[in-house]
Amino acid sequence: MSQTTVPYEAVLDELEAEAIHIYRETAAAFRDPVLLYSIGKDSSVLLHLALKAFAPAGLPFPLMHVDTTWKFQEMIAFRDKRVAELGLDLRISTNEEARTEGVSPFSHGTHEYTRIMKTVALRAGIDRYGFDAAIGGARRDEERSRAKERIFSLREPGHRWDPRKQRPEFWRTANTTLSEGQSMRVFPLSNWTELDVWRYIQREAIDIPTLYFAKERPVVERDGALIMVDDDRFPLRDGEVVQMRSVRFRTLGCYPLTGAVESTADNLSDLIAEMENSTMSERAGRLIDGEGGGSMEAKKAEGYF
Amino acid sequence: MTTTRQTPVLHLVTCGSVDDGKSTLIGRLLAETNSVPLDQLEYARQTRRGGSTIPVGEVDFSLLTDGLEAEREQGITIDVAYRHMNLPNGRRVLIADAPGHEQYTRNMAVAASNGDVAVLLVDAARGVRPQTHRHLTVCALMGVKTVIIAVNKMDLVGYGQAAFDEVVEVVQTTASRLGVPDVRSIPMSAAVGDNVTSLTNEMPWFDGPSLLESLCDWEPVEDTANKPFRFPVQFIVRAEGNFRGYAGTVVSGEVSRGDEIVVADSGRTAMVDRIVTFDGDLEQAVSGQAVTLTLDHEVDVTRGDLISGVGPTAAQPADRFSADLVWLGEEPLAHGRSYLLVSGSRSVPATVTNVRYRLDVVSGHEHSARLLNMNDVGRVEIATDRPIPMDPYSTSRDTGGFLLVDRVTADTVAAGLTRHAMRRSFNVVPHSYDVDHEARVRLMGHEGKVVWLTGLPGSGKSSIADAAVRRLHALGVHTYVLDGDNVRTGLNKDLGFTPEDRAENVRRVAEVSKLMMDSGLVVFVALVSPYRSDRLSAKELFGQGEFLEVHVDTSVEVCAQRDPKGLYAKAAAGSLPNMTGMGQAYEVPEQPDLILHGVGDIEASVTALTIAILGE
Repeated sequence: MSQTTVPYEAVLDELEAEAIHIYRETAAAFRDPVLLYSIGKDSSVLLHLALKAFAPAGLPFPLMHVDTTWKFQEMIAFRDKRVAELGLDLRISTNEEARTEGVSPFSHGTHEYTRIMKTVALRAGIDRYGFDAAIGGARRDEERSRAKERIFSLREPGHRWDPRKQRPEFWRTANTTLSEGQSMRVFPLSNWTELDVWRYIQREAIDIPTLYFAKERPVVERDGALIMVDDDRFPLRDGEVVQMRSVRFRTLGCYPLTGAVESTADNLSDLIAEMENSTMSERAGRLIDGEGGGSMEAKKAEGYF
Repeated sequence: MTTTRQTPVLHLVTCGSVDDGKSTLIGRLLAETNSVPLDQLEYARQTRRGGSTIPVGEVDFSLLTDGLEAEREQGITIDVAYRHMNLPNGRRVLIADAPGHEQYTRNMAVAASNGDVAVLLVDAARGVRPQTHRHLTVCALMGVKTVIIAVNKMDLVGYGQAAFDEVVEVVQTTASRLGVPDVRSIPMSAAVGDNVTSLTNEMPWFDGPSLLESLCDWEPVEDTANKPFRFPVQFIVRAEGNFRGYAGTVVSGEVSRGDEIVVADSGRTAMVDRIVTFDGDLEQAVSGQAVTLTLDHEVDVTRGDLISGVGPTAAQPADRFSADLVWLGEEPLAHGRSYLLVSGSRSVPATVTNVRYRLDVVSGHEHSARLLNMNDVGRVEIATDRPIPMDPYSTSRDTGGFLLVDRVTADTVAAGLTRHAMRRSFNVVPHSYDVDHEARVRLMGHEGKVVWLTGLPGSGKSSIADAAVRRLHALGVHTYVLDGDNVRTGLNKDLGFTPEDRAENVRRVAEVSKLMMDSGLVVFVALVSPYRSDRLSAKELFGQGEFLEVHVDTSVEVCAQRDPKGLYAKAAAGSLPNMTGMGQAYEVPEQPDLILHGVGDIEASVTALTIAILGE
C-alpha cells in the first residue's frame, strides 16, 4: 500500500484555489457584489485572496465595513491604512440613528445591541448601495450551525435566511440566478479551519492588526472574561480594577464584547503553536454567541452575517 | 506553489441513518483525530437528548454532528452538513454528511457529487435494507469510486463473522453491478470504538485495516493528470498594457505554456502564451489550480466558453444530449418546458424533450415514465438552444455535470449527468473562417440586423417592408426581404399551416435570416408568426441589438376589409380553417421593440424603422 504524505502547503494551495474560483464566479455572475470587510484575520485573508483572484487587475468590487463605532481603535487605524495602501474603494455603514440615540453595548443587552448596530446596519448598507451579493469570511468550523451553511447562501427579500430555500450545491457549479428581491451571501472560506487561516497568514505574510499578538494591555475581569478598556467610554463597575496583563485576541469585534486570552505569544510562530494546543473553539471568546445553543442561527435568520 | 496532484483533500460522503449509528461514527472519528474543540466535546458530555441511554459524563458522539436548531425543532432536514478532519498522513478529509431518511435521494446526491470515498453504514443486526441499495446506487451514479462498507454494531451480534459476510456479499453484488471500481469492507462498532481508528481484539478473524487506516491508504482511483485538458472561462481579466486574460480553474488534465488549445464553443484555436498568477507565471497548471491564461493572438472568448486541449480528446459542441437527472424540485419535471442549463460558468436555455425511463434506485430496474418527481432519478433527452461542449460525466464531473434552473423561481430543480451527445450535432465541428462577421461589417459599412415584422395576414407587413427597403437602399444600406409567402414557394414548400408546421416555418426563416445577417445584410422578415414561443425561439438565436421585433398592429376588421390576397373572404367561406385571426389565434407580442400601424401614414412608419435600424 502506498503511503503518501501530503504537505500542509498542498492543503493550503487547494483551499486557496477553491476560494479564488468562488471569487471569480461571484464577480462575473452578480451585478453588484461587495466584499464585507471586518478588519480581522479572516477579512485579511479574504482580501488577500481577492487580490490574487483578479491579478494583474485590481478588485472589481468595493469593500464595505459595518462600523458599530465600538471597534478597537487599532482596528479602524489598520482599516484606513490598508485602504490607503491598496487604493481600495471602501464604503462604511453605520446605524447613525441608533448611534445618536446612544445605543451602546452597555445600554442594551448584547443581543439587542448586535441586532441594532450590526445586523440592521449591514442590511441598510447592502440596500443603500444596491448590492446583490455580499462576500464574507464565515467558515463552517466556526460554530455548529455553520456546518450546513452553503458557499452561495441565498437570502430572501428583506435579507431573510430561509433554511428551506437553500440551494443544493453540486460540484463547482453554482446556481447564481436571483429572482426579484433575492440576494446572495458568499463564503469563499467555507472549508477553511481557524488553523488554516493562521498558517496561510504566515505563509503569505499577510498584514493583520497587532491585537492578535500578546502585549501588556489594560483589562478588567467581567463576567468571567477579560475585557480591554480601549477608551474612556468604558464604565467601570464597582470593584472593577483596570490591570495591565499580557493578553491577545483570538477574534476581533466590538471591544466591550470581545474577550481576551492571557498569552505571551507575540509573534506568528508562537501564536500558531499556541493555537495547535488550544482546546477551545474560537467563538468561545465572543460574548454574543453564548446565548443558547442556536443563537448564531437565530441571528442569521434575522440577517446577521 | 506546490503541485496539487497529490489530491490534498479527500471528499468523504457518509451514508446511512441515525439508526445505523452514523452520527456516532462520524463523531468518534472527529473526536479521535482531534478534530473537535474541547468545549464542543464537553457539550457532548453534558447534554442529553430524549431517549439517549449514554450516561451523562461520557461523550455522546452523535451530538458532535448535531444539526441546526430549526431542524431539531421543526423536524425538517436541511440537506448536507460539512465537517473536516485531518488524517495522520496530512491529507484533509472533508466530510459531507447527508441525512439518511429514505426520501432524501436528493441530499445523498448533493453529498456524493464531490465524493471520492463513500462510507456506507449497515447495521449488522438489521442487515441490508432498501436504503442501503439506494445510497450505493446514488453514490455510483454521482461518480464515487471507492466504497467502504462499514458493517456497524458488530457488538450486538456477538462479533460473529457470519453476519458480516452476509452483509458484504449482498452489497458487493450490487456494487459490481453498478461498476464501483474499489470496494472495501470493515466490521466495526462505532459506539464501542471497535475498528474505527484502531483494530479491536474482539474480532480476530478480521485482520484490518481499521476505518481510519483505510482512509490513510486511499489514493485516487484515476490519475487526474492523464485526463483531457478542460478550462471553463469564468472571468475576463483586463488590465493595463492591453492585458487580456481568461481566468478560471483547470477542472481536468493539465496545460503548459505553448500548448495549442481550442475554444470549444467557436472552434477557434490558439497557443497558450502565459499562465498568470498573482505569485508569478507558471510553466504548467494542473487540475485543481485557479489560473489566468493569455493566448498568443486575439480570439473571441467570453465567460462560459470552454477552453480545451486539441486532438481526439478535444471537447465538441452538440445541442442534443442523453443525460441522467436527479429531480430536486417540488414541482415535477415539465415536458417541453424551457429551463436554464447551468454547467460551470455557462448558462443556456434547454428543454427536456423526452423521458426515457425512471430508475428504481433500489432494484436498479428501469421503468417507463412520463415525468420525474422530487427524488426520482431518470434518463432523459435534453435539447439546448445552442450547441455547447459537454463531456460525458464519466470524463469530468465539472464539464459533464449540470444543473437545471427554473427560469421564474430561480430554484435549482435538477442535477444532470451527461451520458453522451446525440445525433447530428455530434460530428459537426464548426469551422471558423478568418474573414469573419467583423470583417464583413467593415466592408459593408454597417451592422447586419434582422427586423422581424409580425402581424395578422393583410396587416400591411409586406407593404411596410417594401417601403422601408426602398428608403434604406437609397441610403446605401444592403437589405433583403424574407417574405412569408415567397419562402413558402421554395424553402418551406413542404410545410402547411398547423401549429407544428408554423413553428418549423419560423425556425427555418429565423435560421436563414441569421445567416444573412451574419453576412452583413439588414434582413426584413415579413411573417405572420402568430405564436409567442416561436418568436421567442427566433429571438434567442440573436445577440443584443441584432434582432428587432416589430408588431404591425392592424385590427382584424381592417385586415379583413383590406384583404389584399382574398384570404379573409376564403376563410369566411370556410375553405381556410387554419387562418390566423379567424380559425387560429394570433398571440400579440408583449414587449415588441416597435409597434407600427398598417394603415395610415406609411412614410412615418418607414422613418421610425429607419431610426430603429440605423440610429438617429
